[in-house]
Amino acid sequence: MRSKKKSASISKECVACGCCVKSCLLGALSVYRGMYALVDEHKCAGCGKCADVCPAQVISVAAREAAQC
Amino acid sequence: MLKQQKHWYDYLWIASAVYLTLGFFNILFAWLGLICFITPLLIAIVKGNKSYCNRFCGRGQLFELLGYRLGLSRRKAPPKFLCSSWFRYGFLAFFMTMFFVMLYATCLVFVGATLNEAVTLLWVFKLPWNWVDTSFVAPWMAQFAFGFYGVMLTSTVLGMLTMLLFKPRSWCVYCPMGTMTQGICQIKHRKENPNETPNKGNCRTAEGSCQ
Ligand code: SF4
Ligand code: SF4
Ligand code: SF4
Repeated sequence: MRSKKKSASISKECVACGCCVKSCLLGALSVYRGMYALVDEHKCAGCGKCADVCPAQVISVAAREAAQC
Repeated sequence: MLKQQKHWYDYLWIASAVYLTLGFFNILFAWLGLICFITPLLIAIVKGNKSYCNRFCGRGQLFELLGYRLGLSRRKAPPKFLCSSWFRYGFLAFFMTMFFVMLYATCLVFVGATLNEAVTLLWVFKLPWNWVDTSFVAPWMAQFAFGFYGVMLTSTVLGMLTMLLFKPRSWCVYCPMGTMTQGICQIKHRKENPNETPNKGNCRTAEGSCQ
């Protein structure tokens, strides 16, 4: 069973600017091939810092189970 | 507390600030701006990534510094239309059209038209800029410098405005270079199915986003 840990998730309107990557001190974010940002949910602590800086407002932080694909 | 490690490229905002200042002393320095035009495109075309935006862009860093460190930004979410594809690509098309109009003006001077010593801000306002002697270069070279500096100044002013009103790096959402490099990367990697990207437990289908 999975724990209900919070985690960031990124929608497809990401502009790949990379602001979120710099903001995450846990190194949970990366920009994949210049197309969009990806969250490594094993590293993400759900602090929401990336969502605060994202200028395109495409990051939401929610309990991991609710954010399942 | 954890802290992000600093790299040499985290100081490129200085280059950006110096560039904008140099244009006031001699417009011919505007030519240096071509570096910020060609480098991101080359990286996107050859390497297929956006490391220019993600690491090296001094302008993005400058907005971050002014917005967060100096606290000049309201840090509010930008309006939704700003991040929509139609606005981003529409703005790119508009920006490129104005860029080609500027190149056309340069060509006209090349074939003999007189040099117009003014920097056009926001595509409308002509700022007189005739305090530097540019007679030691060909007139078309000076004309390109005036035109290109206008492009750089206009984008900086727009970026500053959205930095003040919204989040510090709101400009990055509709920055023509950012849109163009992302577009190139998407075309380059078009064969990849987004659902089959290396799954690091990512989820890109969150709701409540900028639609
Ligand atoms: S929520 Fe916090 S830990 Fe998770 S990706 Fe964003 S900044 Fe990093
Ligand atoms: S800050 Fe937002 S728009 Fe920029 S790369 Fe991260 S998720 Fe994408
Ligand atoms: S989007 Fe534009 S301003 Fe932002 S980092 Fe990329 S090139 Fe620089």
